[in-house]
Amino acid sequence: MTKILNVHNLEKSYSSGSKQLTVLHDITFDVEEKETFAIVGPSGSGKTTLLGLCAGLDRPDTGSIELCGTELSSLSEDERAVLRNQKVGFVFQDFQLLPTLTALENVAVPLELQGAKDASEAAKVLLEKVGLGGRFDHYPSQLSGGEQQRVAVARAFSNRPSILFADEPTGNLDAETGERIIELLFNLNREAGTTLVIVTHDLDLAKMTQRILRLKGGKIMETNEQQ
Amino acid sequence: MSSNKSRVSFSWLFKMAWRDGKASGRKLILFMASIVLGIAAVVSIQSFGENLKDNIGLQSKAMMGADFKIDLDQEPTEDVLSIIDSLGGAQAREIGFTSMAAFPGKDGTKLVQVRGIEGGFPFYGELETIPEEAAQTYQQEGGALVDVTVMTQLGLTTDDSIKVGEVILPISGALRSIPGSNSFFSSVAPPAVIPYRFIEESGLVQTGSRISYDYYFTAPSGTDLERLDEVLDPQLDRLEADLDTHTSTSERLGRRYDNFGKFLNLVAFVALLLGCVGIASAINIYIKGKLRAVAVLKCLGATKRQTFMIYLLQIAGMGFLGGIIGTIAGLILQQLFPLLLEDLLPVDIQMAFKPQIILLGVLLGIFMAVLFALVPLIGTLYISPLQALRVQTNGNKKKGKAELAVLGGIFLFILLFSYWLLQDWKYSLAFVFGIVVTFSILAGIARLFMKVTRDNFPTGWGFPARQSLQNLFRPQNQTLTLVLAIGVGTFLISTLYFTKDLLLAQASLEGQNNSPNMILLDVQAGQEKEVEQTIRDSGNPVLDDIPIVTMRVQSIDGRTVNQIREDSTSGINRWVLNHEFRVTYRDALSDSEVLTSGEWVPEVEEPDLIPISVSDNFVEDALVSLGDRISFNVQGVVMNTEVRSIRTVDWSQMQPNFTIVFPKGVLESAPQFRVITTKVPNEDASAALQQELVRLFPNISILDLRQIITVVEGLLNKIAWLINFMAFFSIITGIIVLLGAVRTSKFQRIKESVLLRTLGARSNQILKILALEYFYLGALGTLSGILLSLISSQLLAWLLFDTAFVPSIFPLLVLFPAITILVIFIGLTNSISVIKSPPLEVLRKESY
Ligand SMILES: Nc1ncnc2c1ncn2[C@@H]1O[C@H](COP(=O)(O)OP(=O)(O)OP(=O)(O)O)[C@@H](O)[C@H]1O
Ligand SMILES: [Mg+2]
Repeated sequence: MTKILNVHNLEKSYSSGSKQLTVLHDITFDVEEKETFAIVGPSGSGKTTLLGLCAGLDRPDTGSIELCGTELSSLSEDERAVLRNQKVGFVFQDFQLLPTLTALENVAVPLELQGAKDASEAAKVLLEKVGLGGRFDHYPSQLSGGEQQRVAVARAFSNRPSILFADEPTGNLDAETGERIIELLFNLNREAGTTLVIVTHDLDLAKMTQRILRLKGGKIMETNEQQ
Repeated sequence: MSSNKSRVSFSWLFKMAWRDGKASGRKLILFMASIVLGIAAVVSIQSFGENLKDNIGLQSKAMMGADFKIDLDQEPTEDVLSIIDSLGGAQAREIGFTSMAAFPGKDGTKLVQVRGIEGGFPFYGELETIPEEAAQTYQQEGGALVDVTVMTQLGLTTDDSIKVGEVILPISGALRSIPGSNSFFSSVAPPAVIPYRFIEESGLVQTGSRISYDYYFTAPSGTDLERLDEVLDPQLDRLEADLDTHTSTSERLGRRYDNFGKFLNLVAFVALLLGCVGIASAINIYIKGKLRAVAVLKCLGATKRQTFMIYLLQIAGMGFLGGIIGTIAGLILQQLFPLLLEDLLPVDIQMAFKPQIILLGVLLGIFMAVLFALVPLIGTLYISPLQALRVQTNGNKKKGKAELAVLGGIFLFILLFSYWLLQDWKYSLAFVFGIVVTFSILAGIARLFMKVTRDNFPTGWGFPARQSLQNLFRPQNQTLTLVLAIGVGTFLISTLYFTKDLLLAQASLEGQNNSPNMILLDVQAGQEKEVEQTIRDSGNPVLDDIPIVTMRVQSIDGRTVNQIREDSTSGINRWVLNHEFRVTYRDALSDSEVLTSGEWVPEVEEPDLIPISVSDNFVEDALVSLGDRISFNVQGVVMNTEVRSIRTVDWSQMQPNFTIVFPKGVLESAPQFRVITTKVPNEDASAALQQELVRLFPNISILDLRQIITVVEGLLNKIAWLINFMAFFSIITGIIVLLGAVRTSKFQRIKESVLLRTLGARSNQILKILALEYFYLGALGTLSGILLSLISSQLLAWLLFDTAFVPSIFPLLVLFPAITILVIFIGLTNSISVIKSPPLEVLRKESY
């Protein structure tokens, strides 16, 4: 099995005022291709920070991150953006749809960034798949939270990513809607073979993944292999 | 790793810009509106100026009435006549002077510009008369053409006749226009055209009168007039004559209007800048609202450049649209100018659309919008994609540097653009400096106000008062922009108002108790006793009786006038060499003079070197100082003088003032004439005295200062009207900026008011909060604007007009409440939906 994500000796600290706050300390782990992987831990333990670093949204102080075979520190900010566009998908806790674009346009953006010709067609297929066939021209403000998150999932899959990062994708949803979103994510993982990295508080959700990484105070407590 | 730069086409960026812009449409349109008026103002002035220049050029022949002319202010010598002969002789000639005209059988006299014409003048343009044929018949009939306004004023018809000097001529018709009559001068001394042959008979060609001799020529087409000018003008110069071609005259005229145009351009430019400040602040908030989306796009794999370009394109597109709309508005507006300025313009103007002006307007729109949006736009370059995951504080050194560079670019652009308008580095720098000072003072006042209120927050106030004050420094407040917009607008209007006050105060006679208001010119030596008696008999005082001797400069420090003329390195001003000076002699300084250096010599007895006193402006223009020697030619006799004292003269005092003053004891026996002044109590007394004087002494010209001041006032009012019109652009722009600011912060207000209502606030409490907030803003902006204009007017009064400045109460009494109420009105009407909108909608729209 090949490793799609390889994190080694990661350190990250923020300076707030004069104080130096170490957020992540000596983090080492890897994720295999097509794997489903959960990061859990109490609030403030550094989960979002870790996810951001893995996706190349920020730079670590020390340590290395290899994503899809590329060492992130060797890339410029724009090169990292291009890598994200081609290999990475994102689902945010608070959806983060572009408010001035319709549902369809939101889903099409990653494809259009790739220069795809049939972006709009592909986006329609994806939206239908998440059950929003009739809502192409609706703006985010015209959709419910669950619908918005489904659009976000469709968008995250539109560029056929090798790896998908989801930061508490159900955090803002009721249990039932949350379950539907999770189902969507795992289905797409099964169909397209996309690696899933999910940050969550929800232990039930975590249990559905193949491995769980537990963070506390910026340190790895344990990595569970399940089943 | 393959780059997707090449794969993402430019058209996608356009598509994104369009999609996003569509959803933000209303906001963008308001930003756009901020520059529309500024561009309209610049375009209309610029286009009008170009058209005026063109029209003056096209109508140059019609304005002169000939291809070229030779003019002089004394009878031509043999040498001049032989030059005229060498040109094939003049096709027409004219003698002109000002004189009093009386109309036998009618009451009323009038100072007129008598033009005695012989030959087919005008050869171009038209002699417009009523009836039309009078233009042809007056010559054989031996009649006169009298200015049409004089005809109506005095109730004259073609059955009446006119008396100038000793001749009486029947009036052949009313004169509507004639080439060569300057419109401003015509309102003081309207033209009266008579056949040349009657000039002699009038007996008015006398000592002291300013008489002009003009010889008009037509040239066969293809004649190189410029070359003719180059060859003949220096020769004629030496003979105290002057050659003017129709082109050189029109160019000179064009330049005169140029200056006025430049001034208007600056006022227009200020309106544009004000709009740009509005854009900068609105875009700032607009982009802040977009930063999240930018971060998300970056998460999805868009590069810095791409996200930057999306918004850059949006703003450029908005600037483009603003440019087009502004240009169209400007082109429509410029059609109004000829109507507004009718009497001030030398030609009838045909308005044409100039492609380069249209290009200017559109480019200006794009450029100004982008330039002023760059600072907030740079924010999109440096926003971290992490922002999509959580709020992140962005302190970036690179960003600071880039912003500084943009600010530098903005100043450079303003400087270059104002240089382009003014063609003078000193003035452009002063202009930019003025702008920076004005804007920073206003910004400083706004900041200071925010700081002072925050530090001394009136915790004891009632809830609405406190809340509204708090709103002034909440995050994303627009206090600074609004104070700037309101302040600059008020500043412009009230400065213009004060300046007009200053100008009028200077021209007005009120308060100058003992100054004359009637001046009698051309009083011949020996006539003065009788004239004075006549004045006294009418119950009016004789204030001054001043002897005047005319003379020309012959040499300065041993160098003759002709030598100086040929020396191209000499900095001596031309007018000094060509001018016929009117010199007086007396033993004391007058009220309007102050001795600044040297010694005043009251009287001398037959000296070798005559000690004279000169005015400081003469010192500057003739490049002389104390002890320098000047020889004058006093009607054939050379007099050697030495500069013994220098005076400053307050030329604005309405009394005869002199550049050069001789001591007593030298000029008494020289050929001379006198100027007598008096003060008449009212218009009727003035008319009666004039009538009497003209009857007894037809050779005397009478300047009725009262009347001249009315003319000047009318002129100033017209100019002030135009300037107000331009200031109006700033005010409207200010209002649009205000609208934009109110609208951009609307969502925030809605959220607040929903929150307040949830907490139990009543609608009218919310309304009160909003009204108070706009009251603070309006009052602060207006007051600072008025304060600034007081300072600038005081400076103008000291530096430029040299008078005391007594501010009138008008701006405080009218502008302050009017603009403040306007601000409150606009603020409230645009916030009605804030109060009415249902909370649910607010919660749904989330930051949008
Ligand atoms: N820019 C920053 N400056 C200073 N401290 C920061 C910054 N970003 C994050 N932190 C701190 O780093 C720690 C980890 O934050 P992070 O967002 O990764 O936690 P988390 O595990 O995602 O928590 P939650 O479950 O509440 O989302 C927190 O204590 C947070 O305050
Ligand atoms: Mg988190």
